[in-house]
Amino acid sequence: MDKDRQMLSIKEVADMLNVSQKTIRRHISSGKIQSVKLGGIHRISSEEINTLLGPEQLVQVSPCENFPFPNKVPEGPLENKWENHKGSINLVSPANKRNIDIIVVGTGLAGASASATLAELGYNVKAFCFQDSPRRAHSIAAQGGINAAKNYQGDGDSNYRLFYDTIKGGDYRSREANVYRLAEVSGNIIDQCVAQGVPFARDYGGLLDNRSFGGVLVSRTFYAKGQTGQQLLLGAYSALNRQINRGKVEMFSRHEMMDLVLIEGKARGIITRNLVTGEIERHGAHAVVIASGGYGNVFYLSTNAMGSNVTAGWKVYKNGALFANPCFTQIHPTCIPVSGDHQSKLTLMSESLRNDGRIWVPKNKEDVIKIRNKELKPTEIAENDRDYYLERRYPAFGNLVPRDVASRAAKERCDAGYGVNKTGQAVYLDFESAIIRYGKEKAVSSGQNAEDNSLVKRLGKEIIKAKYGNLFQMYEKIVDENPYETPMQIFPAVHYTMGGVWVDYNLMTSIPGCFAIGEANFSDHGANRLGASALMQGLADGYFVLPYTIGDYLADDIKTGPIDTEAKEFKLAEKRVKDFVFNIFKNKSGKPVDYYHKKLGKIMWDKCGMSRNKDGLKSAISEIRNLKKDFYKNVFVPGDMHEYNEELAKAGRVADFLELGELFAIDALDRNESCGGHFREEYQTAEGEALRNDSDYTFVSCWEFQGKDRAPKLNKERLLFESVKLKSRSYK
Amino acid sequence: MDLTLKIWRQKKEYEKGAMHAYQIKNIEPDMSFLEMLDVLNQKLINDGVEPVAFDHDCREGICGACSLVINGAPHGPDSGTTTCQLHMRRFNTGDTIYIEPFRGSAFPVIKDLVVDRSAFDRIQQAGGYVSINTSGNTVDANATPIPKPDADEAFNSAACIGCGACVAACKNSSAMLFVGAKVSQYANLPQGKVESKDRVINMVKQMDKEGFGSCTNTGACEAHCPKEISTDNILTLNREYIKSKLNQ
Ligand SMILES: Cc1cc2nc3c(=O)[nH]c(=O)nc-3n(C[C@H](O)[C@H](O)[C@H](O)COP(=O)(O)OP(=O)(O)OC[C@H]3O[C@@H](n4cnc5c(N)ncnc54)[C@H](O)[C@@H]3O)c2cc1C
Ligand code: SF4
Ligand code: FES
Repeated sequence: MDKDRQMLSIKEVADMLNVSQKTIRRHISSGKIQSVKLGGIHRISSEEINTLLGPEQLVQVSPCENFPFPNKVPEGPLENKWENHKGSINLVSPANKRNIDIIVVGTGLAGASASATLAELGYNVKAFCFQDSPRRAHSIAAQGGINAAKNYQGDGDSNYRLFYDTIKGGDYRSREANVYRLAEVSGNIIDQCVAQGVPFARDYGGLLDNRSFGGVLVSRTFYAKGQTGQQLLLGAYSALNRQINRGKVEMFSRHEMMDLVLIEGKARGIITRNLVTGEIERHGAHAVVIASGGYGNVFYLSTNAMGSNVTAGWKVYKNGALFANPCFTQIHPTCIPVSGDHQSKLTLMSESLRNDGRIWVPKNKEDVIKIRNKELKPTEIAENDRDYYLERRYPAFGNLVPRDVASRAAKERCDAGYGVNKTGQAVYLDFESAIIRYGKEKAVSSGQNAEDNSLVKRLGKEIIKAKYGNLFQMYEKIVDENPYETPMQIFPAVHYTMGGVWVDYNLMTSIPGCFAIGEANFSDHGANRLGASALMQGLADGYFVLPYTIGDYLADDIKTGPIDTEAKEFKLAEKRVKDFVFNIFKNKSGKPVDYYHKKLGKIMWDKCGMSRNKDGLKSAISEIRNLKKDFYKNVFVPGDMHEYNEELAKAGRVADFLELGELFAIDALDRNESCGGHFREEYQTAEGEALRNDSDYTFVSCWEFQGKDRAPKLNKERLLFESVKLKSRSYK
Repeated sequence: MDLTLKIWRQKKEYEKGAMHAYQIKNIEPDMSFLEMLDVLNQKLINDGVEPVAFDHDCREGICGACSLVINGAPHGPDSGTTTCQLHMRRFNTGDTIYIEPFRGSAFPVIKDLVVDRSAFDRIQQAGGYVSINTSGNTVDANATPIPKPDADEAFNSAACIGCGACVAACKNSSAMLFVGAKVSQYANLPQGKVESKDRVINMVKQMDKEGFGSCTNTGACEAHCPKEISTDNILTLNREYIKSKLNQ
């Protein structure tokens, strides 16, 4: 018999799905599971299991009342929680910090700021990144800005407003206390960065300048041209360098974390692969911090860097940590459209552009066709024949609606046949009106002729260039069109993952001693992140939260002494990693890793992307499972393990993406509502807006690994809203 | 378009390397240069040959990882452009393209086109920072206004992506542009002034220790710098250095 098509007994199936035999019998008699009788005994084909595994009743579900991990949210009024908590948690004395080692995986904003701050406090830090330098972590690519409730513009901003905007923007699926704390420390971040010498944009008075981002009605975003992430990361990198120079941080570049080591249930180290020599290494510590960024690359094409991956977070999950809301992904509305099959990644055009750019498609299909055939230029379409669909549908927020709303609106127009490029998957982002508006202002203020059109345009372009010059240049390099003269073409693309490793208020995962910060955790953005809030969260976690909350755990560890990497747990974990690597090299020919990554990406985009439905998700689950099998059977990695081998590194990452992709679809299938970036076609209003289901889904989906080939268990952390009233989001 | 690629292949740091020729067909003009190499690598893997190793990550010109010398020019023929932002529409069918690593005595080859640029990190560790701890009670960010021209100047210097093209372009393998950019960023900001004396001395000392050569003002660095960092930064570096030495 074909090995992949085994016939299983009821007991085997029950074990596999982690449910009782009675449950399986019940499903057989209700017809939910197809079985055949062989010699009087029920047999179920493994394929049948393949299509059934995971979804719905078969997953073991534990209700909110039984949530096994306290979220450690402190008592008391929202505004006092963090102060009180800081004042009451355990501390480690400076003398004892010297005896404590901490591993930080990742050197992006979260990891670099945490490593530097922990070292300043006196801990010994070992920091890891897979790039050749910590400065190249993907945070470097963030463009638009970072939020902070400084109220420098005097437009009524406050901690509460930032908190409220974030909760609402996240469609009421995040934890109030964490979000409030984020708003509370946001101002400190800007102070700290300026003190480090981060060159934020300033106005002519020498004070810090701000811009607006989507989903809010105030100007609270600090920026450094279109290179905010770069400047913030270089600030954190400089703080990290200072500690490396002091000998308090040991930096391991070109190292990839391959597994977590638990001793007596506590995180005590990691196994890494040196990407230059190929050596598998053991590193011990009293605590492990995961700051490995987001997993958007499960879609293959995303705005993430090529190396961004889920491996660190996934290994933590497989060692017992909960993985929260994996299906909450952000699809960013303004990215450069796909140009062909060769595409290796997508490029974001910062949301800040929506401050000045207006989004539209032609009103008439005839114009669309002419545009596609290049018989008509967008600049030739009259104002009246353009559909500024965001301004039309959402007059209050217009082009600055949150990302999920803007992305779906673009998809709606393109699905209706109004897409403006040859694939029909693009809309316009137009700067013409902004150029004229700025140009007129400038002409008037500088005493020149505001009626002179070409002068006005020239002045306006200069202002746009000062604001977004590098973005326009980037666009022109990729697309070969001049966005000062013709509108940009944009389309939504995968950008950010709100889901991630579950953490409590102290940012500790459900594994004692293992923490997760930055994009790698799930904590602050609910079902949709507002622009310029990821940089804020990464630095809040790394500079101002984790360095203090980690003391609460480590206070019990002052007598532990150095961690012995000869312990059997280290050897076992190392063996797991080596087994994986040997196994990958087993095939002497076959398909390249990218083949699988692209296939997975296509399944994810088509069935788990901007809109999802039950049948699509079910088929995604079984397609991914089959792809995974094929991967292990046929993937070919040339070269060997004792050398620089990028294909091997990619194989490890794609293997984990394949597993994550499945959990992603299972999670999306379980959440029978639409919220934020998770849009289930079955749940929408008559106008096509997302329809939340607060009575049944006001919880965090926390998935717990149950073993290979077994359905994961769903735990639910109830979200309590004490300060904010649950309302349906409206940006009209 | 169809192309001939001549690529530097080298298995390990201390093994000998050589140029190898590869034919590649049906390359589309909209592809990026690195996507063209992806196509080559997929083909090599299908043929059972080890793919060409090269550094890359963001593929949008900001992380500084990509580092190829293309037809003799670091980051290729276009000014103000990283390797990853170069597109194939810049080439014609029938072209032969030479692809080599960023060379420099302080940048040893790890494999093929991948070099070790950790010397840059060590220079930054020697002094590329402001000594300020994270406390949550630093002065308010707007307490010290910074004149816009100074802030803009600091920003222009801070735009360096640490790619090393300046070193690869320089016949002396000098790192003066890279070091000058960091020194100038802080020299233009009040926050950086306090430690300016030690910073420049320590960074230059480390730069010399790493084996980077001296500057003979050829300007090749600026010409190949993808972020168009100006050689004015080298003047600032020299000025700051002399000032510090005189004050010692
Ligand atoms: C193009 C783009 C633009 C953006 N613009 C903005 C913006 O304007 N404002 C905003 O707020 N947010 C923005 N974001 C989001 C924001 O940049 C990210 O969410 C944030 O920077 C993530 O920071 P991080 O520290 O969590 O992770 P990252 O910066 O991604 O760092 C991850 C680190 O982990 C390391 N790592 C990963 N896996 C492993 C492993 N297995 N072993 C060892 N090391 C590992 C990496 O080497 C790296 O050092 C943008 C994102 C993108 C993609
Ligand atoms: S100065 Fe220019 S060429 Fe040199 S490292 Fe910086 S960005 Fe690269
Ligand atoms: S790959 Fe990041 S700059 Fe080229």
